[in-house]
Amino acid sequence: MPAAQAWLLVALIVAGTVAGDTLQSFEMKRHGEIRFRSRGLGRVAANLAMKKYLILAIVCMAISFFAFMTLVSQADLSFAVPASAASFVFETILARLVLRERVDAKRWMGAALVAGGVALLAL
Amino acid sequence: MPADERLRWKTRLFLALVIISQPLGNLSLTVGMKHRELASPGDYLTAIFSPYVAVGIVLLIVWLLSRMALLSWADLSYVLPLTAVGYIITAAMGRLVLNEQISVSRWSGTLLIVAGTALVGMTESRTTPEESRPSIEEVRS
Repeated sequence: MPAAQAWLLVALIVAGTVAGDTLQSFEMKRHGEIRFRSRGLGRVAANLAMKKYLILAIVCMAISFFAFMTLVSQADLSFAVPASAASFVFETILARLVLRERVDAKRWMGAALVAGGVALLAL
Repeated sequence: MPADERLRWKTRLFLALVIISQPLGNLSLTVGMKHRELASPGDYLTAIFSPYVAVGIVLLIVWLLSRMALLSWADLSYVLPLTAVGYIITAAMGRLVLNEQISVSRWSGTLLIVAGTALVGMTESRTTPEESRPSIEEVRS
Protein backbone atom coordinates (compact mmCIF):
# COMPACT_ATOMS: atom_id res chain seq x y z
CA MET A 1 0.00 0.00 0.00
CA PRO A 2 1.44 3.45 -0.97
CA ALA A 3 2.16 5.76 2.00
CA ALA A 4 -0.31 8.41 0.74
CA GLN A 5 -3.13 5.87 0.62
CA ALA A 6 -2.24 4.59 4.09
CA TRP A 7 -2.31 8.11 5.56
CA LEU A 8 -5.60 8.88 3.80
CA LEU A 9 -7.09 5.83 5.53
CA VAL A 10 -5.55 7.01 8.84
CA ALA A 11 -7.21 10.43 8.36
CA LEU A 12 -10.57 8.71 7.76
CA ILE A 13 -10.10 6.51 10.85
CA VAL A 14 -9.17 9.50 13.03
CA ALA A 15 -12.04 11.72 11.79
CA GLY A 16 -14.58 8.91 12.33
CA THR A 17 -13.24 8.10 15.79
CA VAL A 18 -13.15 11.72 16.98
CA ALA A 19 -16.69 12.46 15.77
CA GLY A 20 -18.01 9.12 17.05
CA ASP A 21 -16.45 9.36 20.52
CA THR A 22 -17.53 12.93 21.12
CA LEU A 23 -21.15 12.23 20.04
CA GLN A 24 -21.18 9.03 22.12
CA SER A 25 -19.93 10.68 25.31
CA PHE A 26 -22.39 13.56 24.84
CA GLU A 27 -25.35 11.19 24.48
CA MET A 28 -24.28 8.85 27.30
CA LYS A 29 -23.97 11.76 29.73
CA ARG A 30 -27.44 12.97 28.76
CA HIS A 31 -28.63 9.44 29.50
CA GLY A 32 -26.97 9.44 32.94
CA GLU A 33 -25.03 6.76 34.78
CA ILE A 34 -26.07 3.21 33.87
CA ARG A 35 -26.98 1.27 37.02
CA PHE A 36 -27.13 -2.45 36.42
CA ARG A 37 -29.44 -3.41 39.26
CA SER A 38 -32.10 -0.76 38.89
CA ARG A 39 -33.38 -1.63 35.40
CA GLY A 40 -33.18 -4.44 32.87
CA LEU A 41 -30.25 -4.14 30.49
CA GLY A 42 -32.66 -4.76 27.60
CA ARG A 43 -34.63 -1.66 28.44
CA VAL A 44 -31.43 0.38 28.76
CA ALA A 45 -30.39 -0.86 25.30
CA ALA A 46 -33.83 -0.08 23.82
CA ASN A 47 -33.74 3.44 25.27
CA LEU A 48 -30.27 4.06 23.89
CA ALA A 49 -31.17 2.75 20.42
CA MET A 50 -33.61 5.67 20.06
CA LYS A 51 -31.04 8.41 20.58
CA LYS A 52 -30.11 10.21 17.38
CA TYR A 53 -26.64 11.31 18.48
CA LEU A 54 -25.82 7.74 19.43
CA ILE A 55 -26.94 6.47 16.00
CA LEU A 56 -24.81 9.14 14.33
CA ALA A 57 -21.89 8.13 16.59
CA ILE A 58 -22.27 4.50 15.48
CA VAL A 59 -22.28 5.53 11.79
CA CYS A 60 -19.05 7.50 12.35
CA MET A 61 -17.47 4.53 14.14
CA ALA A 62 -18.53 2.16 11.35
CA ILE A 63 -16.80 4.36 8.74
CA SER A 64 -13.72 4.41 10.96
CA PHE A 65 -13.89 0.63 11.38
CA PHE A 66 -14.06 -0.22 7.67
CA ALA A 67 -11.16 2.15 7.00
CA PHE A 68 -9.22 0.35 9.76
CA MET A 69 -10.04 -3.08 8.27
CA THR A 70 -8.71 -1.87 4.92
CA LEU A 71 -5.56 -0.44 6.51
CA VAL A 72 -4.59 -3.57 8.48
CA SER A 73 -5.10 -5.77 5.41
CA GLN A 74 -1.88 -4.19 4.06
CA ALA A 75 -0.08 -2.17 6.75
CA ASP A 76 1.55 -3.28 10.04
CA LEU A 77 -0.69 -3.45 13.11
CA SER A 78 2.08 -1.61 14.98
CA PHE A 79 1.73 1.21 12.43
CA ALA A 80 -2.08 1.26 12.09
CA VAL A 81 -2.91 1.39 15.80
CA PRO A 82 -0.53 4.17 16.96
CA ALA A 83 -1.23 6.20 13.81
CA SER A 84 -4.96 6.11 14.50
CA ALA A 85 -4.29 7.13 18.12
CA ALA A 86 -3.65 10.63 16.74
CA SER A 87 -7.31 11.09 17.61
CA PHE A 88 -6.30 11.66 21.29
CA VAL A 89 -5.19 15.21 20.69
CA PHE A 90 -8.37 16.21 18.86
CA GLU A 91 -10.56 14.41 21.38
CA THR A 92 -9.03 16.12 24.42
CA ILE A 93 -9.62 19.46 22.73
CA LEU A 94 -13.21 18.53 21.86
CA ALA A 95 -13.80 17.19 25.40
CA ARG A 96 -12.90 20.67 26.63
CA LEU A 97 -14.78 22.65 23.96
CA VAL A 98 -17.88 20.58 23.16
CA LEU A 99 -18.47 18.41 26.24
CA ARG A 100 -17.38 21.25 28.57
CA GLU A 101 -15.28 18.85 30.63
CA ARG A 102 -12.72 20.45 32.89
CA VAL A 103 -9.28 19.42 31.58
CA ASP A 104 -6.64 20.41 34.14
CA ALA A 105 -2.89 20.95 33.57
CA LYS A 106 -2.06 17.38 34.65
CA ARG A 107 -4.46 15.93 32.11
CA TRP A 108 -3.24 18.21 29.34
CA MET A 109 0.33 17.12 30.12
CA GLY A 110 -0.70 13.47 30.17
CA ALA A 111 -2.51 13.82 26.86
CA ALA A 112 0.50 15.68 25.40
CA LEU A 113 2.86 12.89 26.52
CA VAL A 114 0.55 10.30 25.01
CA ALA A 115 0.42 12.32 21.78
CA GLY A 116 4.22 12.65 21.73
CA GLY A 117 4.55 8.93 22.32
CA VAL A 118 2.11 8.21 19.51
CA ALA A 119 4.11 10.47 17.18
CA LEU A 120 7.31 8.56 18.04
CA LEU A 121 5.58 5.21 17.53
CA ALA A 122 4.41 6.27 14.11
CA LEU A 123 7.97 7.12 12.90
CA MET B 1 -20.34 -1.31 50.31
CA PRO B 2 -20.40 2.52 50.29
CA ALA B 3 -21.46 4.18 47.02
CA ASP B 4 -18.01 5.72 46.43
CA GLU B 5 -16.29 2.39 46.91
CA ARG B 6 -18.82 0.65 44.62
CA LEU B 7 -18.24 3.19 41.84
CA ARG B 8 -14.46 2.85 42.21
CA TRP B 9 -14.60 -0.95 41.77
CA LYS B 10 -17.09 -0.68 38.92
CA THR B 11 -14.76 1.79 37.22
CA ARG B 12 -11.72 -0.50 37.68
CA LEU B 13 -13.58 -3.54 36.36
CA PHE B 14 -14.82 -1.75 33.26
CA LEU B 15 -11.43 -0.11 32.64
CA ALA B 16 -9.80 -3.57 32.68
CA LEU B 17 -12.41 -4.90 30.25
CA VAL B 18 -11.98 -1.89 27.95
CA ILE B 19 -8.17 -2.14 28.03
CA ILE B 20 -7.95 -5.91 27.35
CA SER B 21 -10.71 -6.40 24.78
CA GLN B 22 -9.43 -3.83 22.25
CA PRO B 23 -5.88 -5.16 21.65
CA LEU B 24 -7.11 -8.75 21.45
CA GLY B 25 -9.85 -7.67 19.03
CA ASN B 26 -7.39 -5.71 16.86
CA LEU B 27 -4.97 -8.64 16.80
CA SER B 28 -7.61 -11.14 15.74
CA LEU B 29 -8.92 -8.69 13.12
CA THR B 30 -5.45 -8.15 11.66
CA VAL B 31 -4.70 -11.87 11.48
CA GLY B 32 -7.97 -12.35 9.58
CA MET B 33 -7.51 -9.35 7.26
CA LYS B 34 -3.82 -9.82 6.36
CA HIS B 35 -3.25 -9.71 2.57
CA ARG B 36 -6.96 -10.06 1.85
CA GLU B 37 -8.22 -8.82 -1.54
CA LEU B 38 -10.68 -5.94 -0.95
CA ALA B 39 -12.05 -4.95 -4.36
CA SER B 40 -15.81 -4.83 -3.69
CA PRO B 41 -18.26 -4.48 -0.77
CA GLY B 42 -18.80 -8.24 -1.11
CA ASP B 43 -15.14 -8.80 -0.18
CA TYR B 44 -15.72 -6.92 3.08
CA LEU B 45 -18.80 -9.06 3.76
CA THR B 46 -16.82 -12.27 3.18
CA ALA B 47 -14.06 -10.95 5.43
CA ILE B 48 -16.50 -10.11 8.26
CA PHE B 49 -17.74 -13.70 8.38
CA SER B 50 -14.29 -15.31 8.35
CA PRO B 51 -13.41 -16.79 11.78
CA TYR B 52 -10.56 -14.49 12.90
CA VAL B 53 -12.27 -11.31 11.73
CA ALA B 54 -15.56 -12.40 13.36
CA VAL B 55 -13.85 -13.09 16.71
CA GLY B 56 -12.09 -9.72 16.41
CA ILE B 57 -15.41 -7.97 15.78
CA VAL B 58 -17.06 -9.71 18.78
CA LEU B 59 -14.17 -8.58 21.02
CA LEU B 60 -14.42 -5.04 19.64
CA ILE B 61 -18.18 -5.06 20.36
CA VAL B 62 -17.38 -6.09 23.97
CA TRP B 63 -14.90 -3.19 24.00
CA LEU B 64 -17.49 -0.75 22.61
CA LEU B 65 -20.24 -1.73 25.06
CA SER B 66 -18.02 -1.75 28.15
CA ARG B 67 -16.63 1.60 27.07
CA MET B 68 -20.12 3.05 26.53
CA ALA B 69 -21.11 1.94 30.03
CA LEU B 70 -17.92 3.44 31.48
CA LEU B 71 -18.53 6.74 29.68
CA SER B 72 -21.97 7.03 31.28
CA TRP B 73 -20.31 7.79 34.63
CA ALA B 74 -16.70 8.74 33.84
CA ASP B 75 -15.42 11.63 31.69
CA LEU B 76 -14.13 11.09 28.14
CA SER B 77 -10.92 12.97 28.94
CA TYR B 78 -10.27 10.46 31.78
CA VAL B 79 -11.25 7.31 29.87
CA LEU B 80 -9.40 8.06 26.62
CA PRO B 81 -5.80 8.49 27.82
CA LEU B 82 -6.12 5.44 30.12
CA THR B 83 -7.14 3.22 27.23
CA ALA B 84 -3.78 4.16 25.65
CA VAL B 85 -2.40 1.16 27.57
CA GLY B 86 -4.32 -0.96 25.07
CA TYR B 87 -2.28 0.59 22.26
CA ILE B 88 0.94 -0.50 23.98
CA ILE B 89 -0.35 -4.05 24.41
CA THR B 90 -1.25 -3.99 20.71
CA ALA B 91 2.32 -2.96 19.76
CA ALA B 92 3.73 -5.80 21.88
CA MET B 93 1.36 -8.26 20.24
CA GLY B 94 2.41 -6.97 16.81
CA ARG B 95 6.00 -7.76 17.72
CA LEU B 96 5.46 -11.11 19.44
CA VAL B 97 2.55 -12.62 17.54
CA LEU B 98 2.74 -11.00 14.10
CA ASN B 99 6.55 -10.71 14.04
CA GLU B 100 6.47 -7.04 13.07
CA GLN B 101 9.74 -5.09 13.26
CA ILE B 102 9.41 -2.33 15.87
CA SER B 103 12.14 0.34 15.91
CA VAL B 104 13.75 1.97 18.97
CA SER B 105 11.68 5.12 18.37
CA ARG B 106 8.48 3.08 18.51
CA TRP B 107 9.46 1.53 21.83
CA SER B 108 10.43 5.00 23.19
CA GLY B 109 7.01 6.21 22.12
CA THR B 110 5.48 3.34 24.08
CA LEU B 111 7.29 4.51 27.25
CA LEU B 112 6.05 8.07 26.70
CA ILE B 113 2.50 6.76 26.47
CA VAL B 114 2.95 4.86 29.75
CA ALA B 115 4.16 8.09 31.42
CA GLY B 116 1.24 10.08 30.06
CA THR B 117 -1.20 7.38 31.12
CA ALA B 118 0.18 7.29 34.69
CA LEU B 119 -0.12 11.06 34.96
CA VAL B 120 -3.76 11.07 33.91
CA GLY B 121 -4.50 8.08 36.17
CA MET B 122 -3.67 10.24 39.20
CA THR B 123 -6.73 12.43 38.65
CA GLU B 124 -10.33 11.71 39.63
CA SER B 125 -12.71 9.87 37.29
CA ARG B 126 -15.32 12.62 37.27
CA THR B 127 -13.95 16.09 36.71
CA THR B 128 -16.85 18.09 35.36
CA PRO B 129 -18.67 20.10 38.03
CA GLU B 130 -22.40 19.18 38.11
CA GLU B 131 -23.56 22.74 37.43
CA SER B 132 -21.64 22.99 34.14
CA ARG B 133 -23.10 19.79 32.67
CA PRO B 134 -25.92 20.39 30.19
CA SER B 135 -29.27 19.79 31.90
CA ILE B 136 -32.06 17.80 30.21
CA GLU B 137 -34.01 21.03 29.61
CA GLU B 138 -31.01 22.71 27.98
CA VAL B 139 -30.41 19.73 25.75
CA ARG B 140 -34.04 19.46 24.61
CA SER B 141 -34.40 23.13 23.69
